[in-house]
Amino acid sequence: MEEKYQADSSAAGGVQTVPEHIVEIVSDSGEGAQKAGQTFGSVSAKMGNGVWTVEIIPAEIKPPARSPAGASGIRIRLGSGYVTNMGDEADLVVAFNEQVLYSRIANGAYKAGTTVLLESKWKDDPAAEIQAQYSRAVGEFRDNGLIVHELPMDQACREITPNPRVGKNMFVLGMLCHLYARDLEIAKKEVAATFARKRQEVIDLNLRLLQAGHDFSRDNLGFQFQVSPLAQQGEQRYIVTNGNTALGLGVMASGMELVSMYPITPATSASHYLADVYHDVGGFVHQAEDEIAAVGFAIGSSFAGKTACTITSGPGLALKTEMVALAVMAEIPLVLCVVQRGGPSTGLPTKVEQGDLLASIYGEPGDAPKVVVAAATIEECLHFVIMSRRLAETFRTPVILLTDANLATGVQPYPRPEPSADWLAPPIDQTDWDPTVPPYDWDEETGLSPRPIPGMVGGHYVLTGLAHTNESKVAYDSNSNQLGCNMRSRKLAALAGTLKPPKVYGDDQGGDLLIVGWGSTLGAIEEAVDRARAQGHRVSSLHLRFLSPLEPGLKEIFGRFKRIMTVEINYSDDPSAPLITPENRRYSQLSILLRAQTLIDIDCWSVVLGHPLQPGMIHRVLVEKLAAMEGQN
Amino acid sequence: MFGMKADWSLEVFERYFTIGDYAGGEARWCPGCGDHGILTAVQKILRDEQVPPERTVAVSGIGCSSRMPHYLGTFGFHGLHGRALPIACGIKSRRPELDVWVATGDGDCFSIGTAHWIHAIRYNMDMTLMVFDNGVYGLTKAQTSPTSPLGFKTNTHPGGAILPPHNPLTVTLGITNASFVAQVVDWSPPLMYEVLKAAHRHRGTGFVRIIQRCPVYADSLSKAMQSDPSKVLLLHHEKGIPIDPAVKRQFPNQIEHDPSNLSAARDVAQNDTLIPVGLLYQNPDAICYETLSSQGIEFTTKRRLAGLNAALDRFTI
Repeated sequence: MEEKYQADSSAAGGVQTVPEHIVEIVSDSGEGAQKAGQTFGSVSAKMGNGVWTVEIIPAEIKPPARSPAGASGIRIRLGSGYVTNMGDEADLVVAFNEQVLYSRIANGAYKAGTTVLLESKWKDDPAAEIQAQYSRAVGEFRDNGLIVHELPMDQACREITPNPRVGKNMFVLGMLCHLYARDLEIAKKEVAATFARKRQEVIDLNLRLLQAGHDFSRDNLGFQFQVSPLAQQGEQRYIVTNGNTALGLGVMASGMELVSMYPITPATSASHYLADVYHDVGGFVHQAEDEIAAVGFAIGSSFAGKTACTITSGPGLALKTEMVALAVMAEIPLVLCVVQRGGPSTGLPTKVEQGDLLASIYGEPGDAPKVVVAAATIEECLHFVIMSRRLAETFRTPVILLTDANLATGVQPYPRPEPSADWLAPPIDQTDWDPTVPPYDWDEETGLSPRPIPGMVGGHYVLTGLAHTNESKVAYDSNSNQLGCNMRSRKLAALAGTLKPPKVYGDDQGGDLLIVGWGSTLGAIEEAVDRARAQGHRVSSLHLRFLSPLEPGLKEIFGRFKRIMTVEINYSDDPSAPLITPENRRYSQLSILLRAQTLIDIDCWSVVLGHPLQPGMIHRVLVEKLAAMEGQN
Repeated sequence: MFGMKADWSLEVFERYFTIGDYAGGEARWCPGCGDHGILTAVQKILRDEQVPPERTVAVSGIGCSSRMPHYLGTFGFHGLHGRALPIACGIKSRRPELDVWVATGDGDCFSIGTAHWIHAIRYNMDMTLMVFDNGVYGLTKAQTSPTSPLGFKTNTHPGGAILPPHNPLTVTLGITNASFVAQVVDWSPPLMYEVLKAAHRHRGTGFVRIIQRCPVYADSLSKAMQSDPSKVLLLHHEKGIPIDPAVKRQFPNQIEHDPSNLSAARDVAQNDTLIPVGLLYQNPDAICYETLSSQGIEFTTKRRLAGLNAALDRFTI
């Protein structure tokens, strides 16, 4: 009986200890693969493993069943160390049908030797066509070196529920818990928590399916993997969230009381989370009639002394442009979180890109200096919101906080913040205002000025988006306009003066190649640098969090390396593409910025494949770049 | 002694505000522009209601109308074209105690800001919404506005406006949760004062369309209305606005209209031969969004931290 499921027993054999493993669950949309995978990730994190999960999301809500385009699922990378990215090819995949695997194969998700646990019910499907598709696919998978185990998961679930489609995910979770020797009690608690709002029968059914999956794996699969936990963390407590939940927690921890938003993928889940819990800290999520109204409402609140946050993605950022410029012009604090997706236009709504950097910095007509920061980790998604509110109020400016679809849906354990009262916004200042002090009492050294707030006796002024004097009086004269522009820009120089130079990852003393990145690519870049350095290559990396103003000391750091190259997920021309010359090549966004700012001939490598950069991919690029440099010498 | 409590004190206005306290910069509207009268009415209402200037915020978009905040001695927010309402709603959202006045125009509100007009009426936040409607774009020098009458000649339609005008009253009365809809003409200052005062006292969004003269680009429109008062229909009712006898003399064409009757209000608004003035509709019990959006403003730091720690605990491993 057991052997029936053992397509290739050579992969089997007791408990194999591995430093890390990459697991995928892939299904049609709506079969719950993501829920199973998130729970598996949480259980693993609670057992002390490093974890990174990334969702595999079809762009449509209801794509056709059994189609490669409809592949929906999740990848979980487990490690004995801290895991910072999705990794390269998966080691094991559970597939609910064979067709969805094709899209993953096309994405290079698997390698020869990847174990596939495949639902086998299609073999006996009443439709001859499906039977044929299934057997053809299994043959092709095996020819490509995948180790396929055909498993009657659906049939096993039927012993517990008449409708396996809504319960198979918990069965699969149970299988994975056995395969990776997870503590089933922790898993049961997680499942119970996941379904906490459901009836007790629903919870019980899911727990039975979990147990059944576990037993099925124990009885039918002759192998297990052991991924040892991280070394003891001491007293440090950890939380496990995705990046959008981290943004929501950051909003609450920042003391901001209002999020004004309009639904947009992939940003909306941050607001969903807040809508669920924000009232516990006295906050409110306003769903506005459109993106412009969302930011306008936030600006109104901020003007009235309650600095607010708006959360959007690229197309929303485009619509908010005029309002952001108003906030710059009139020096209104505002936090604008942009969860980047593929563009331009509607682009790739569910997929990652870092294409909004220049739009964030330079998107407005006229000169609109503002602070732009980018979170590189899920933990930073939380802390940077707090920092952004502080910067917005201190520098009296909008702050754009960039994250992306990879951070938004990636799940990782990170140290639990221990909040204190000084993280929260202080009560609004309602003391009397000295009427002899103008509303923009600019310090000419820094551009900074204190801000009158409605309710302050003597503080009244009329804010305007027109050019104005320090009295906020409309002024069309040359000197007033020049002074206003000077003051707004000077604030960035003042902020830059407080920043420290970024740290080099690898060799601070210099080397052949320095990779510069920003945002969610941090983990993949550093892992690629580690691999290249282990091979003896003199390559290091540097990751920027502040993009406007830029962190100081870049030119000096760049001077220690023979070549500088940015690695990004936004478009640049491949230098070897037709018609592309060094003169007309269009560079990636950070490289444009750095070239302009440092006058150094900075190269770039970037792709817009709609998925996160993987360490193996970056490693190949580094090695090729170094070889090309060698060739030029 | 003598039965007086020791903590008894005289009720004395520590601050009494005069018209001068609400005066801002010198108004730069053209001579003869109807906006001057609106400004005066607002200043008088603020004085009569003794609203502290620092607690008053005048919000506007872009256009001639939207210069108003600059001429008031209160807080002001001269925003973006069409976007006064989202900003005003945001101001009110977490500061419900502020007294918010919105000055907008026919282009600002009924054209570029249409979406916000519809939704702001539905939010029904407690503010006074004045639309200065002169039937023409004035600041940009004579383009057709959504309320320009058919055939009205402008720089964008030199042969005359090619579509019949938009009816802002029927639209507003069609929006769920509309709670105060009124119309006035700027050349009846006593009526304008009473209607704006009622809009200001109303709990909810007091929408007042003010038909207003532009002597520079749309002189013919207001002249026609002013020269024939029978074109105006004065609404009066015991539940409505107090009508000054002078107003009754000014507008002989009158009907009794119950402002609590929505369908009657829609019928009045639908009439395109007469210009109704007065209160068309009022519902004092409509939901005001700020009662929802301001929840939690009183939370202490301790309570916020407790909520935050509970949220973090849910994810703690």
